[in-house]
Amino acid sequence: MSLDEPTISRRGLGRLGVAAATLAAVGAVKAATSPAAAQATGGTIKVGILHSLSGTMAISETTLKDVMLMLIEQQNKKGGLLGKKLEGVVVDPASNWPLFAEKARQLISVDKCAATFGCWTSVSRKSVLPVFEELNSILFYPVQYEGQECSRNVFYTGAAPNQQAIPAVDYLMSEGKVKRWVLAGTDYVYPRTTNQILEAYLKSKGVAADDIMINYTPFGHSDWQNIVASIKKFGSAGKKTAVVSTINGDANVPFYKELGNQGVKATDIPVVAFSVGEEELAGIDTKPLLGHLAAWNYFESVDTKENKAFIKEWKAFTKNPKRTTNDPMEAHYIGFNMWVKGVEKAGTTDSDAVIDAMIGVSVPNLSGGYSAMMPNHHITKPVLIGEIQANGQFNTVSETPGLVVAQEWSPYVEDTKDLIGDWRAPLRCGAFNVKTGTCTAGKKA
Amino acid sequence: MHRIVAVLALIILMQGMSVCRADGIDDAYEELAASAGSISAAGFNSVRQGIEQLAVSGDPRAAVVIGALQDGLLFANDDHALFIQQADGSYVDARTGKPAPDVTDDDLKAVRINNAVRSAIEAALGSLQLFAPDAPTRLKAASAVFTSHDPAALPALTRALAKETNPEVKQRMEQAKAAAILYDPGASQPDRLVAVATLRARGDQDARSLLSTLAGQTGPVADAAATAVVAIDRVLQIWSVAQSVYYGVSLGSVLLLAAAGLAITFGVMGVINMAHGEMVMIGAYVTFVVQQLMHIYVPSLYQISLLIAVPMAFLVSGAVGVAVERSLIRWLYGRPLETLLATWGLSLVLQQVVRSLFGANNRDVDTPGWMSGATQLGGLTLTWNRMYIILFAFLVVAALMAALRYTSLGLRMRAVTQNRRMAAAMGIKTPWIDAMTFGLGSGVAGIAGVALSQIDNVSPNLGQGYIIDSFMVVVFGGVGNLWGTTLGALTLGIVNKFLEPIAGAVLGKIVVLILLILFVQRNPRGMFPLKGRAVES
Repeated sequence: MSLDEPTISRRGLGRLGVAAATLAAVGAVKAATSPAAAQATGGTIKVGILHSLSGTMAISETTLKDVMLMLIEQQNKKGGLLGKKLEGVVVDPASNWPLFAEKARQLISVDKCAATFGCWTSVSRKSVLPVFEELNSILFYPVQYEGQECSRNVFYTGAAPNQQAIPAVDYLMSEGKVKRWVLAGTDYVYPRTTNQILEAYLKSKGVAADDIMINYTPFGHSDWQNIVASIKKFGSAGKKTAVVSTINGDANVPFYKELGNQGVKATDIPVVAFSVGEEELAGIDTKPLLGHLAAWNYFESVDTKENKAFIKEWKAFTKNPKRTTNDPMEAHYIGFNMWVKGVEKAGTTDSDAVIDAMIGVSVPNLSGGYSAMMPNHHITKPVLIGEIQANGQFNTVSETPGLVVAQEWSPYVEDTKDLIGDWRAPLRCGAFNVKTGTCTAGKKA
Repeated sequence: MHRIVAVLALIILMQGMSVCRADGIDDAYEELAASAGSISAAGFNSVRQGIEQLAVSGDPRAAVVIGALQDGLLFANDDHALFIQQADGSYVDARTGKPAPDVTDDDLKAVRINNAVRSAIEAALGSLQLFAPDAPTRLKAASAVFTSHDPAALPALTRALAKETNPEVKQRMEQAKAAAILYDPGASQPDRLVAVATLRARGDQDARSLLSTLAGQTGPVADAAATAVVAIDRVLQIWSVAQSVYYGVSLGSVLLLAAAGLAITFGVMGVINMAHGEMVMIGAYVTFVVQQLMHIYVPSLYQISLLIAVPMAFLVSGAVGVAVERSLIRWLYGRPLETLLATWGLSLVLQQVVRSLFGANNRDVDTPGWMSGATQLGGLTLTWNRMYIILFAFLVVAALMAALRYTSLGLRMRAVTQNRRMAAAMGIKTPWIDAMTFGLGSGVAGIAGVALSQIDNVSPNLGQGYIIDSFMVVVFGGVGNLWGTTLGALTLGIVNKFLEPIAGAVLGKIVVLILLILFVQRNPRGMFPLKGRAVES
């Protein structure tokens, strides 16, 4: 090192610091690892796996990549598909939404994948949607989401709002006698749309506007002190209060820790979460969270033969006896088996043939029943409400008597209450207005 | 322990009862057993009724059975016989307490509980434990009855109050009684007015919540309750300002911890270190590793594992810092843009290394018992983990100031940063001092990681959330000035926490950032600019 004095003055340092902070804010993580592109060979069918393996979403999505590899391996042991071996092509979109679109294009055009399984956040799905539509390929999307979408090229194997959020609110209303509601969420498209639907739904049930509090926080919010305090205050109005949480990802852990520390117990103010699964709970001490709720279509604790076999295979595949399973994994399990059936039915992996063959396909789910692909490209599911146990698992306290059919367009939102999606001939429309009898969007000639 | 106490309490209770209602007990057990495995609303309802019957039945096993139910250890077989699972996995008959060796897991279905049942359990155990011999248990029991405010507990409360000598417990019991009276349709008006006055004197959110259930009714009791709610609100309003200040100081202390290391590397040395957050992250992972190792090798000291993690984190992060300085940063002195890009790249490398070593999932760092929960100071809720972090942050900054002011290394550091050539001429090995200074800053960041592991996720992305805030604090406070950093962190914390309720968390952050940009435009050197020739050099 030379003895030369630094060329930058202290005066300038301040400005540079702000510049540095801005760069950090804009840049976030862009560590995209480019995997070796798989060689195209004659005797294989390629399956794209589009899940973030780095960045903020890696915590949730890495597991889904692993489960897809397991399902593909199992299918190959059973003799593959149409006499060919399946081959998973893994790419890493690195929690970077525009990169999702680039990687999707690569999977379809370069790797020639017959179908892609991927995405977690709704922004990533919105980012790849035009790519799948333009190149006419198939995406299986495994996560509960806000609805209000029905693309011909996407099969939604996660829950629509009426398969998760609305039954959860109904449960609290009838069982918990809840009269006052806090809708807390992370500030992006899924919570905002879900809360818009829930607010309309609650008002339709006679809840006054004063009894609804809506709060949004940024991704990765870690200081929940005064938000938890204001929830406590909101809950001290003499009416039973509950929190409906659409808080996503990492921010949940400090949120629940703060709840525990400030002594908010589930018997006082229960929190029902739509994005907290076994995976998220693995990172926290769940004793203070006893009794807080989550609504999903699957829990690891579901006591069925299919689920036990699945968990056993999963632990053997990952060689880790502590790995948990969760709802989006089940969605991939269902979606993958549906796709296999659809391809067998069509006798080809050609997108148009498979898309038509998929509707009506029915496969076993892990909670002891069958899930079917409906004409709106969503699947039927049971809805389970579970309470958090001290061991980080959920204890089912309520289950819908039958399977729930997804409402892709919410009947509680003014703009979409007359819309339906139906991809069967002759309608073939993702947003058909039953009042006016016209197809408003997503028409496929 | 609680169960034994409860059993004793129950025996005392039984002495006051002349008839043992055996058929009531049978019914209660039948209710519990019949709904085993059920998750229907009717099933939970009958479990709740079973508990309520059991609590007043006078059965000496009641507290044990209810306790087992609370822990999820109560099971039933197809013949509606109930069993309790023991710690070793064996079963005993719930009604007799005798071992049941030939019962296996396969025959049994758990009696499930939900939140409504859990409330009933707490209320039942509460009223059973009002006569416990030790005061803390009685206090807890009285609080449980206060929360459940079930008029059925009134006779037990009255008897317990007559015997109670501990003033604190007595007061809590009176509040519990007042709450139950408000919910008792048969209570007389004078009793209800006294109850309102008792709750008004308690004056917290729980009391307010109970009183506001009377809103909408008419009559003198409702009027008194309405006035009481207004009075309580006025007091709570004042406390809430104090509470916001506490939250602000707490957020400020976290910012301070994160920024203290940067105040050395960026503030004193002038290195724009974008990998600073990753030093914090490494500190948090060191905490995780230390906890895991102590859990295996010295479980007796597990409670103080955080204290041992502090020096370890300092050493590990500090060593990484020295290595980074020697291998990367020393080639880039005087070239801030290159430093910025290189350290940013380094931050990505470090994140991916940690992700490969530990996995992408969050790691569970335990919070020791002495850092969990909260204490009440007037109307203030002070959470222990935040209290310790505030204290810790100030200790770290004080130690850092002392190190710069009073140690020989600190003297050399200041000399080198003020006038490098002169210091070199005096025989100070400036490259060595640079490495040490950078190591010190990184080590302090590592210590911050120990504290942050208690309130945030230990994941490879941990540092990213703090790098922006850290730069903000250092720039705002004045580059190269630890006092400025301290005051800057506290100011930003408090401003943030006062803005949050008004503007919301998202907008609040944006407003703070805009205010900061405007401030730096007017005062480019921050709140406390350094003076003298060194500044302009």
